[in-house]
Amino acid sequence: MAEMPENLPQPVRGFGTTFFTMFRKASTEQYPDEKVPTQPRFHGRHQLNRHPDGLEKCVGCELCAWACPADAIFVEGADNEAGERHSPGERYGAVYQINYLRCILCGLCIEACPTRALTMTNEYELADHTRESLIYTKEDLLAPLQGGMAMPPHSMVDGMSERDYYSGKVTSATPEQFAEVEARELAEEKAAEAKTDATIEAEKVASDIAKDEEQDLGGAA
Amino acid sequence: MSTVAPVAGSSAPPADAVTCTIDGVQIQVPKGTLIIRAAELIGIEVPRFCDHPLLDPVAACRACLVEIEGMPKPQPACAIPVAEDMVVKTQVTSEVADTAQRGVMEFLLINHPLDCPVCDKGGECPLQNQAMTHGNGSSRFDGTKRTFAKPVAVSSQILLDRERCVSCARCTRFADEIAGDPLIELFERGAKQQVATGPDAPFDSYFSGNTVQICPVGALTSSDYRFRARPFDLVSTPTACEHCASGCAIRTDSRNSTVMRRLAAEDPEVNEDWNCDKGRFAFKYLSEDRIKTPLIRDPETQEFYSASWPEALDLVADKLADYRGRTGVITGGRLTRDDAYAYAKFARVALGGDDIDFRVRASSQEEVEFLSNKVAGTGLGVTYSDIESSPMVLLAGLEPEDEAASIFLRLRKGVLAGSTKVASVSSWVSPGSAKLQAVVLAAAPGDEAMVIDALLKQSSALSEAGFEVSTQLRNKGAVILVGERLAASPGALSAVAALAEETGAKLAWVPRRAGDRGALDAGALAGLLPGGRSLTDQTARAEIAQAWGINESDLPAEPGLDLAGILEALTTEQEVSDETESAVESADVEASEEQEVADEALAEDSAKAAVDQIAEEVQLGDDEPQEPRIDALVLGGVDIRDVPNIELMREALREASFVVNLETRLSGISAYADVVLPVAVDIERIGAYANWEGRLRQFPKVNPEATAQTDGRVLAMIADEMGYPIGTGDVVEYHNELDSLGYTTGERVSFNSVKPGSAQTPGSGEAVLASWKFLLDLGMLQTGDDYLAGTRRPSVARLSPATAQSIGVTEGDLVKVSSDQGTIELPLLLTDMPDGVVWVPQNSPGSEVYATLGDAIGSTVRIAGGPKAVSDAASADAEVSA
Ligand code: SF4
Ligand code: SF4
Ligand code: SF4
Ligand code: SF4
Ligand code: FES
Repeated sequence: MAEMPENLPQPVRGFGTTFFTMFRKASTEQYPDEKVPTQPRFHGRHQLNRHPDGLEKCVGCELCAWACPADAIFVEGADNEAGERHSPGERYGAVYQINYLRCILCGLCIEACPTRALTMTNEYELADHTRESLIYTKEDLLAPLQGGMAMPPHSMVDGMSERDYYSGKVTSATPEQFAEVEARELAEEKAAEAKTDATIEAEKVASDIAKDEEQDLGGAA
Repeated sequence: MSTVAPVAGSSAPPADAVTCTIDGVQIQVPKGTLIIRAAELIGIEVPRFCDHPLLDPVAACRACLVEIEGMPKPQPACAIPVAEDMVVKTQVTSEVADTAQRGVMEFLLINHPLDCPVCDKGGECPLQNQAMTHGNGSSRFDGTKRTFAKPVAVSSQILLDRERCVSCARCTRFADEIAGDPLIELFERGAKQQVATGPDAPFDSYFSGNTVQICPVGALTSSDYRFRARPFDLVSTPTACEHCASGCAIRTDSRNSTVMRRLAAEDPEVNEDWNCDKGRFAFKYLSEDRIKTPLIRDPETQEFYSASWPEALDLVADKLADYRGRTGVITGGRLTRDDAYAYAKFARVALGGDDIDFRVRASSQEEVEFLSNKVAGTGLGVTYSDIESSPMVLLAGLEPEDEAASIFLRLRKGVLAGSTKVASVSSWVSPGSAKLQAVVLAAAPGDEAMVIDALLKQSSALSEAGFEVSTQLRNKGAVILVGERLAASPGALSAVAALAEETGAKLAWVPRRAGDRGALDAGALAGLLPGGRSLTDQTARAEIAQAWGINESDLPAEPGLDLAGILEALTTEQEVSDETESAVESADVEASEEQEVADEALAEDSAKAAVDQIAEEVQLGDDEPQEPRIDALVLGGVDIRDVPNIELMREALREASFVVNLETRLSGISAYADVVLPVAVDIERIGAYANWEGRLRQFPKVNPEATAQTDGRVLAMIADEMGYPIGTGDVVEYHNELDSLGYTTGERVSFNSVKPGSAQTPGSGEAVLASWKFLLDLGMLQTGDDYLAGTRRPSVARLSPATAQSIGVTEGDLVKVSSDQGTIELPLLLTDMPDGVVWVPQNSPGSEVYATLGDAIGSTVRIAGGPKAVSDAASADAEVSA
């Protein structure tokens, strides 16, 4: 833009700026009709990554929460119980929440994460009507399953240690892992079906028992 | 540069001071001070792992190397005491020391997994911290690290990650030197060196949690806390332990108002750096199954419904006003001192009676007098430091390891240092007594008075060791610690009092529960007003009446009933009231018929009125209108299983016309209550306990969001409603009131000595029952803590070999111990104890004495062999004690 002469009075210089601007090319973005892709390294919504066999990378160490200057992250770790494995190794992130009302998308959490579990996507459309919906939970943040991945919980690849997962020796879920997941899902389905019939009966019995017990408890007065 | 720094806290140098120079600063310290401590005094922190101020130095980790002039190589600062004119250079001024320290750190990290992200210690780890301050940025080691399978459970509540261990031997030294349970040891050598337990002998020590706290790395972690939080999530609050009368300082760590873990806080006067596993791991009760709203029993359905506070308070105040002067108050051990005071004041002012007792356990009139005369309102008496260096500590009816764990630790410290000797009047040599190297004066239950009397008279019945004990008791500084269990043995408290008088030994009473000493000082006992005042003493009455803003004549004139009296009053007046009751019942029927017709709300009122009217008529109709002595009960914090005669208690609860229960969770008492009022647990309030020394242990509120009311506040609300106000119910108000009342200056309750009793003589196939509670048992405050429960001592029955032979059983066999009420069956463990005595734990799995056998402790019970059984528990225990 052309430099305004220094010696003009202040008000004139001010109006001058407005005037000259009218002739500049407008840079209006037609969002949301036209969505311009961000730069590839743009800091958008977070993602919790998976190992190539589908197990979660997050170990629930809370280092991301520690690093966060906005106190936007809440994590609770837990033990990988036998038959309920979510990550290689002993520990996984059982509860994981990011509050996007607080997050300033600075990316410090990404740098803190020791397992590369936490990275950022380019997604920037983070607006909603309620506070609750802007607290993203683990389900919202977990990366979708890619080809070759089986849905945890399932066991680790046979013969591989936790270390092997990090040195890239695991490349995809094995047939055994898929079989395990399938068997589990089948069993769950069956249990759900069985439940619908049995529930009504069982619940009735349970409430009867509860009543009896209460009577025992209160039998005195 | 040469500055002289004086010894901390003293102006003149003590006679045995030595002067040395550390980093150019001259300093005078007492002889024997370690270099590492001397350096601390001038603000220099030498790195360390194995060093711990309360453990013997071992110089195992070499992290603390410093340069000492005249020595060829760097030396460990944690193991070398300063000598006169010694010149020490630490990492601050010496290149050599700094290089040595960095070298050691690099060496320690060679095999360290550095799995900080999944390690519970991460964020509060001395290795992390010191690797940053005294280590190199990178390692020259690029080989493969040593790995071990992880984690190993050394007990149900302690997990070990061997690869993180830096072999500092803090845990093993603690187990050996402090707890006296050398169940973990360092095995192997070099890179393979690791902490381990013996085969089949887990680290089941009552104090194992302390090792987690002092391990300078994350090698030892707690099963309960594993992966649950990070140090930076936690809000730490200094609190006091509510689990026993030791009064340990605790650090409560909470996350989002939920308690995540508890640690021992440092208090040199009380628990030093330690606490027991109950105080550390038992806290699930704080949050699980809590009652949230007042519960009122529907008279129709007999079931509880949730009610609003106004409704509940109205009802309770109404009823209690009806039964004013005829209401018994029974309180349990969870009460803080201020709450106990509230109950004491409530009983006298609002209920207009003196029928109150805090002793829900075996008790006696002798005990009432003993406590009122010798203990109540005496302030700080015998202290921990007294018992640490006392020529003789006599334990009577007290097993410190089970009943007051911090006393045990302090005694053991004194015993190991050679400054204390311990003797115990007990039925057998418990593991605790063995660890205290105590002279055990064997006494069958009931014989305690005789044994104590023998000590007094130095009678010929005494063994040589016993005679020695009685002589040492006469030395200055000797202490007699009396447990609450001694009350059950007639004459024993009188004998103890006489012994103390005769020998000049100091006397202290050690209750099991945290609240008991405070309850005593607050006057929650019949005949005893706050501050050790006697109800019948004129000065005391005047003082109390003035402080409470009532007329002296409003105070009950005569001492009221204690627990036994209240139960008796309720259960023996049955006949008198039966008539009334049946009349009331028929009125009930009439009333309910009426109710069907009338509008519901109205009908209830008229029904009530009808009942009242008819009841009244019946009463008036009687020739001699006889009011029952006790008609209603107010109970707070009472575990029904603590009442020796549970059946009698149940009957009393059934007989009582109205029962109010102030509780945190539904209990065995609530089942009989007409109204249950929810009250706050410790983390939801402020408060204070008085520990066995008489020391006040205050604690702040941990959970800022909690809105639950204290017992004291609830009582104040009821009292207001009744029209006999006792104050605002604020904890601080109670506290200040009690403090400004001070201790009695008048006449104390008199103590009438009781003749020594003696043990019952068992016939054949019989034995006298002895028992006490293990530290970890089925107590109300330990429910839900499953990892903790895993380290309970196994339930066994103990008999002397001769007694066992007489009923034809050998070690490991099942023994049946039976009374008229029931039978306890436990595996036998042969024990060196008096013949004709059987011991079982009082409240452990498979051995709930009061519930199964009734009020049988100290009485004869039948013993017989059961079917042969191989019990793992018994054999494991036998191995340990062998
Ligand atoms: S991007 Fe920054 S503000 Fe957002 S969660 Fe991560 S560390 Fe916190
Ligand atoms: S995302 Fe990364 S830093 Fe955060 S808890 Fe999981 S592993 Fe730790
Ligand atoms: S012990 Fe300390 S340094 Fe070692 S893994 Fe745990 S936190 Fe990290
Ligand atoms: S386990 Fe911990 S306390 Fe025990 S020797 Fe190893 S590092 Fe030291
Ligand atoms: S602290 Fe001195 S050798 Fe370990």
